[in-house]
Amino acid sequence: MNEQGSIWLPEPASTVAGDVDSLFYFILVTSVIIFVGVMGAMVTFAWRYRRRSENDRPQPVRESKLVEASWIAIPSILVAVVFVWGFRVFLELGIAPPNSYEINVTARKWSWSFSYPNGAVSTDLHVPVNRPVKLRMISDDVIHSFFVPAFRVKADVLQGRYSYVWFEATRADTFNIVCAEYCGTAHSDMYANVVVQSQDDFEGWLVENMDDGSLTPARRGERSYELEGCWPCHSLDGTTLAGPTFLGLAGRTRNFTDGTSAVADDNYLRMSIVNPAQQVVEGFLPVMPQQYALDLSTEEIDALVEFIKEQQ
Amino acid sequence: MSEGSHNYLSARKGLWSWLATTDHKRIGILYAMACGTFFLLGGILATFVRTELGTPGETILDQDGYNQIFTLHGVVMVFLVIIPAIPGILGNFVLPIQIGAKDVAFPRLNLASWYLFIAGALMAVFGWLFVGNVDTGWTFYTPYSSGASNAVLWLTSAVFVAGFASIFTGLNFIVTVHKMRAPGMTWNRLPLFVWAIYATGIVQVLATPVIGITMVLLFLEKLMQIGIFDPALGGDPVLFQHFFWFYSHPAVYIMILPAMGIISDLMGTFSRQQVSGYTFIALSSVAIAFLGFLVWGHHMFVAGQSALSSIIFSMLTFLIGIPTGIKVFNWVATMYKGSVWLRTPMIYALMFLFLFSIGGLTGIMVGVLAVDVHLHDTYFVVAHFHYVMMGGALIGLIGGLHYWWPKITGRMYNETAGVIAAILVFIGFNVTFFPQFFLGSRGMPRRYHDYTELLPNFPEFAPLNLVSTIGSYILAVGLLMILVYALYSLFKGPKAPANPWGACTLEWTHTGRLPDEHNFHETPLVTRGPYDFRLADDVFGPKEED
Repeated sequence: MNEQGSIWLPEPASTVAGDVDSLFYFILVTSVIIFVGVMGAMVTFAWRYRRRSENDRPQPVRESKLVEASWIAIPSILVAVVFVWGFRVFLELGIAPPNSYEINVTARKWSWSFSYPNGAVSTDLHVPVNRPVKLRMISDDVIHSFFVPAFRVKADVLQGRYSYVWFEATRADTFNIVCAEYCGTAHSDMYANVVVQSQDDFEGWLVENMDDGSLTPARRGERSYELEGCWPCHSLDGTTLAGPTFLGLAGRTRNFTDGTSAVADDNYLRMSIVNPAQQVVEGFLPVMPQQYALDLSTEEIDALVEFIKEQQ
Repeated sequence: MSEGSHNYLSARKGLWSWLATTDHKRIGILYAMACGTFFLLGGILATFVRTELGTPGETILDQDGYNQIFTLHGVVMVFLVIIPAIPGILGNFVLPIQIGAKDVAFPRLNLASWYLFIAGALMAVFGWLFVGNVDTGWTFYTPYSSGASNAVLWLTSAVFVAGFASIFTGLNFIVTVHKMRAPGMTWNRLPLFVWAIYATGIVQVLATPVIGITMVLLFLEKLMQIGIFDPALGGDPVLFQHFFWFYSHPAVYIMILPAMGIISDLMGTFSRQQVSGYTFIALSSVAIAFLGFLVWGHHMFVAGQSALSSIIFSMLTFLIGIPTGIKVFNWVATMYKGSVWLRTPMIYALMFLFLFSIGGLTGIMVGVLAVDVHLHDTYFVVAHFHYVMMGGALIGLIGGLHYWWPKITGRMYNETAGVIAAILVFIGFNVTFFPQFFLGSRGMPRRYHDYTELLPNFPEFAPLNLVSTIGSYILAVGLLMILVYALYSLFKGPKAPANPWGACTLEWTHTGRLPDEHNFHETPLVTRGPYDFRLADDVFGPKEED
C-alpha cells in the first residue's frame, strides 16, 4: 500500500484526484517556465550590465508600452485560466452525487469514529470501491480536519455544525486518514485508515460489525472504549497518557488536585465519565471532553464501568 | 557637513538619553535591539522545531513541548519580529530623512509606541514563563484556545497591547508623509521605500483594531463564558477565523510591503537606474493596502464557509496577485541597461527576487480552489509562507540593514564576510524550505510532532525532513555569521564615507557620515526624483559633456 505516485503527489485513488492533479501540474509547469524566464532575465541583466566604473551614469531607459502591456496581459490571462479551472474542479469536489452512500463521522481528541446506516460502528473507515461515499461529519470538541491525501479531499470538522465531504475510491487498498487541523497534544497521532473494499467484501464486513445486542456488558464496554475514543488518553497497560491508565484503576485510592481523595468505586467511575472536570486526579489536566453524559446511554456507561473494573 | 561631535549618537550621552529619546533615529535603534533579540529567540525556537522533526519519533521534545515551541516560534516571529521590524527599525530611521524632515510628526507618540511594544512583549514572556503553557498555535483558533490554559489570556493581551504600538507607528508615518515633506519633495519624488511604509501605515491603522477587538472578545469569552465563538456556549465555530484573518491577511501586507519598498530602493541604487514602473509600484502598494482587506476568506476554503464566498475570495486573491507579479517584472527590468553593482545589499535584493518569486508562484497554487483543498494545512503552505515571510520580508529587512548600516553606525562591515553569509543564508534557506513543498503536496499536515505512523505509506517523509533540518542548521550558521561581523563592524569597522553606495536619496546626499541630531543643518530643497542618477551632480560631480 505504498503510495508511490510522483515526487509531488501520491498515486491518485479517487475519481476527483486526477482532475486536481492535472490542474496542479498545469500550474507547476507554468510556474516553472515563468520562474526560469524571470531568473534568466535577472542573471543575464546582472551580468551583462554589471558595473564597469564607479562613474557609470547610465542613460534612462524608455519604458516600452508593448513589454509592459504583455507582462500585465499574460499573467492576467493565466490566472483567469487557473481560476476558472480551479472553480470547476472545486464544484466537482463540493457536490456529492445523489446516490452517494452516507456514513456519519465523529471526530474528537484524538480519534475518529465512523457509523454506518446499519448500525455498525468502526474506528477505521470502510468504504466500497467505485461507489460515491458522502461523509457527514461533526466534532465532539475542537476543530479537526478530515484529510485523505490519496483522495485529494479535505474538510474541517466543526463542533455544533455538520460539514460534508464526498469521494469515490477507484481501487481497493488501504489509505491514511490524517487530521489536518491542529487539535492539541496528540494531533499528529490522530490518524485512521480508510479501507476500500469490493462491494461484496464491504457488505460482509458491515454484517460482521453490526451490533446485534448479544455482547456481555464488559464486551460492550470494550467496544465503547474503542469507538468513543477513550483509548488515545487512557491506556490498558499502565502507560500514562493524557489521562490515567485503566489498569488497576478500580478500587484504588485517588488523590485529587483540590487536595481531597476518594476510592475509585462504581460511582466514582461513573462520575468521572459524565462529569470529568468535577474531580481531577493529581498530575493531570482537566482536558477530558464533557459531552459523554450526552453521547452515551445509561447502558453504555454501565458497560464502560464494567469494562474498566475488568482491567486489573 | 557635520562630522564628529555633532552627530545624533554623540549629541547626548547616558542611558537616559536613550530611554527618553524622541529622536526617530534612536527609536529606530531601540526597535533594532528589541526585534533583534526576539529574532534570535524565534530562531532558536525554530531550530528546536526542526531538530525534533529531523528524525521520526520523539527526538528532543515530547508532544506538548513541541506544540508549545512551535506556538511560541510563530507568535514571536509574527508579532514581535516581522510586523514591527521594518517600520520600527528602518521606517523610523530612514523615512523622515528621506523626505527631508527633522523628525516624525509625533516624536513622543513614537517613543510611546516602542514602550507599548516592549510592554506587549514582556506580557507574552511573563505569561509563558510564569502563568502556564500556550499550545494554541499563533492563530489562537477557537474553540481550542477558549479551552486552553490561562496563559493564552496573557498572550492575547500581549497582542492587543503590541497592536497599539503598530497603530501609533502607522499613524505617525501617515501624518509625517502628508505634512512634513521638504520643499520640492512632491509625491512623485518620494522614494519607493516611503511609499511602501506609507501604504503599510494605512493597513496598520485600519486592520490592527480588528485583531485588538478579536483578542478582547476571546478574553471575555474565556473569562465570562459569553458564547461568541464556542459552539458549546451557542457561539459560531468559524467566526473567530473570520475575525482573525480579517486582520491577519492584511497583516501579511504589513509584513511584505515595507520589504518591497526596500527592494525598490536597492534595485534603483545598485543598478544606478530609474526604478522601472515607479508610478505603478507606488500606487499598487496603496491599492494592495486596500484590496488586502478583501481576501481573508482564502484562508478558509475548507473551513466550512459557503462555496460562493470561497469562489469570490479566490477571484479577489488573483486580482491582488497580478500587481505583485508585475512588481517583480519591474524590479528585474530596473537592471536593464543599468550599472549593476553586486554588493551585499544588492545580493540580498536578488535573493529576495528569487525567493519571493517562488513564494508568489506557490501562492497562486494555494489560491486555486480545487488545489488548495488538497494543500491546505499541509507543509506546502508552511513552505509557501516561509518563502514569502522569511524569503521576502526578512531577507528584505536584512538587505535593508546592510544598505543603511553605514548611515546608522557610521562604519562599514566586511564585504567578503557579507557575501559568504549571504550565500550560506541562500543555500540554507532553500535546503530547509524547498523539501517542505514535496512533504506538503505528498500529504504531510502542518503542526505535526511526529510522522512515524505515516512512514509505511510515505517513506520519503523521513529523508525529506532530515534534509530540511540540515538546511535549518546551515541557515542558522549564515545568520549567526551576520551577527558576528555586524558586532565586529560596530566596534572595529572602518569609518564609512557619507555616501558609500553612490545613492541619491536625501539620507545619503544631504547628511554627513552620521546624521545630525536634527538630520539637516538646513532644510533640503529637492530638485529631482529619488532615482534620477543622471541628474545627481551632487553625487557624481558635474556631468562631463560629450
